[in-house]
Amino acid sequence: MAQPERPLSPFMQYRWQYTNTLSILHRITGILLSLSFFVLVYWLAAAASGPERYASALATIGSPLVRLLLVGGLFSFSFHLLNGIRHLFWDAGYGFELPIARKTGWAAAIGAVVLTVVLWSVLGASLGGAA
Amino acid sequence: MSLRSPLGRVLGLGSAKGGSSHWYSQRVTAVGLVILGCWFLASLALLGAGAQHAAVISWLHSPFSAVMALLLVAVTAYHAQLGLRVVFEDYIGDKGTRLVVLVALKFALVVAALIGILAVLRIAFGAQA
Repeated sequence: MAQPERPLSPFMQYRWQYTNTLSILHRITGILLSLSFFVLVYWLAAAASGPERYASALATIGSPLVRLLLVGGLFSFSFHLLNGIRHLFWDAGYGFELPIARKTGWAAAIGAVVLTVVLWSVLGASLGGAA
Repeated sequence: MSLRSPLGRVLGLGSAKGGSSHWYSQRVTAVGLVILGCWFLASLALLGAGAQHAAVISWLHSPFSAVMALLLVAVTAYHAQLGLRVVFEDYIGDKGTRLVVLVALKFALVVAALIGILAVLRIAFGAQA
């Protein structure tokens, strides 16, 4: 059955590429950081409620599920920070040329992974590791 | 912050909503969070292994740390509200649901921010560990 050539809606033919991957990652990491914000508030409130409450809060924060969220939070912080700086430069009118945008995109992605490893090695113990 | 020209305002032209103010606030808070976020992770590293209770208390007893922590909580909540709002607006089509979710989002972040601010103030003005 021969179908006549019809125009496709743009989103149907949109090729998956690094630009939309990084854009989606910026959103996902933003959502993860918002969740991590609630952990920060929980941690501060526990510290204000005295040593016993604080100790039990650290045990909760050190539980595997929350630690997983915090590792995701550290990656999110790293990526959202680096890609966010990229966004700020765009807003100021710099870095739109495709070769530059591609380079800064890769720099943000690889830099985020490196920064996560560095941050985890420095902060892993503070983030409920020794609790 | 309005990007409308004075002439446009007099003639009643342009958007009736606050898109440019949202956009502008998102950027200003982003710049602030670059500094505040890096400060917080550096502080966390300095607190050392396990972030002992006494270390956290004496850390927030310093006026500088307390002000930075207050700013971190307030600016993060505001920036998160601005960002999550756009995500919800994009994916929730139904206007009634969207309104409820956006109000709930604001409510949750304001409550969380107040809890965080109160906690920092309690430690800052509380007894030295």
